[in-house]
Amino acid sequence: MNMRSELGHVRGLGAAKKGVGHWWTQRLTAVILVPLSLWFVVVVIGLKNADYETLHAFFRIPGNLVLMLVTVGTAYYHAQLGLRVIIEDYVHHELGRLAGLVLVKFVVILLATFAVVAGLKVAYGG
Amino acid sequence: MVDFLFSHVSRVRSGKYYCIPVSTETAKKFQIYRHDPDSKGTPRLDTYEVDTQSCGPMVLDALLKIKNEIDSTLTFRRSCREGICGSCAMNIDGTNTLACLKPIKEVKGDVKIYPLPHLRVIKDLVPDLSWQYSQIELIEPWLQEDTSPPPLAERLQSPEERARLDGLWECILCFCCQTSCPSYWWNGDRYLGPAVLLQAYRWLSDSRDESIGKRLDILEDPFRLYRCHTIMNCTIACPKGLNPGKAVGRIKQMMLKRSE
Repeated sequence: MNMRSELGHVRGLGAAKKGVGHWWTQRLTAVILVPLSLWFVVVVIGLKNADYETLHAFFRIPGNLVLMLVTVGTAYYHAQLGLRVIIEDYVHHELGRLAGLVLVKFVVILLATFAVVAGLKVAYGG
Repeated sequence: MVDFLFSHVSRVRSGKYYCIPVSTETAKKFQIYRHDPDSKGTPRLDTYEVDTQSCGPMVLDALLKIKNEIDSTLTFRRSCREGICGSCAMNIDGTNTLACLKPIKEVKGDVKIYPLPHLRVIKDLVPDLSWQYSQIELIEPWLQEDTSPPPLAERLQSPEERARLDGLWECILCFCCQTSCPSYWWNGDRYLGPAVLLQAYRWLSDSRDESIGKRLDILEDPFRLYRCHTIMNCTIACPKGLNPGKAVGRIKQMMLKRSE
């Protein structure tokens, strides 16, 4: 039986004193991704049916490689921030929520690292 | 996970039908949610025919006519009848609003009336608002200052400072916005909701208040404040024409300014 007052429940453990960083970064990455996504689409269309040598030459240009790495990194970071909000919104089971948040972070780090290594390999690999 | 379906005890079945003795062209049907948690029955939708010719223009007038002349067991809150007290907040024709400000003529077809959504029903159209009042208490909605007021005088504001409270002080705490917010439906146990946050911003905007930092501390939380996803149902629902979504945005800006 729970005899705690409603005000006690509302106060709970107190404010976490964070949230502004997550909120601001989510918006900042969204804005940054607008030009980067346009550039990415143009690049993908431009490199359609390109062979490995063409890709190698493309990624050897530092500007292209940097832009691609920034695009991939920002996109995955933004995705992680957004998925975190979705999980917090809809998964109310405490363990399930924690597992979901850890899983999302792990998968995003894995995919982002894979993409970065792949880009570097094409640029500088054999 | 979030429940997307009502449990079987909450599903609404069709209920009684009360027709008027002599049918007229001005008769309108009112389908009203009825539920008494003290009885074992499930909620039902009773239908009342009302002659709008012999009734006032607002939905609240029809509810009062039904209670006075057709079915005295119908339970709802009402007081001022002019949109000041916020008592008669309910879901009419799919939108949260005040029954005293909603003209019957605006509703096409039958008038469907439910209590404010996602709240525990005490009886019929009366929801339990005690959780929302506790949330209001959390943000300490009163003037907090350490500086003593001038002797024998009130605390002064410039006209510009006073103008900053316009669009905020008019909130009557009817909770139409609060209970229209999907984010509040999912996370109302931790998210403070648009009505409470608008009230918080009212005190954050008051030039006489000296506790802005403390007020922001109370709000700085991923759930208390940042569950607002700018869905803006709150602004659509507000029967006083206020903009809680904008107020929440302003609080987020203040948080950012503080952290930068």
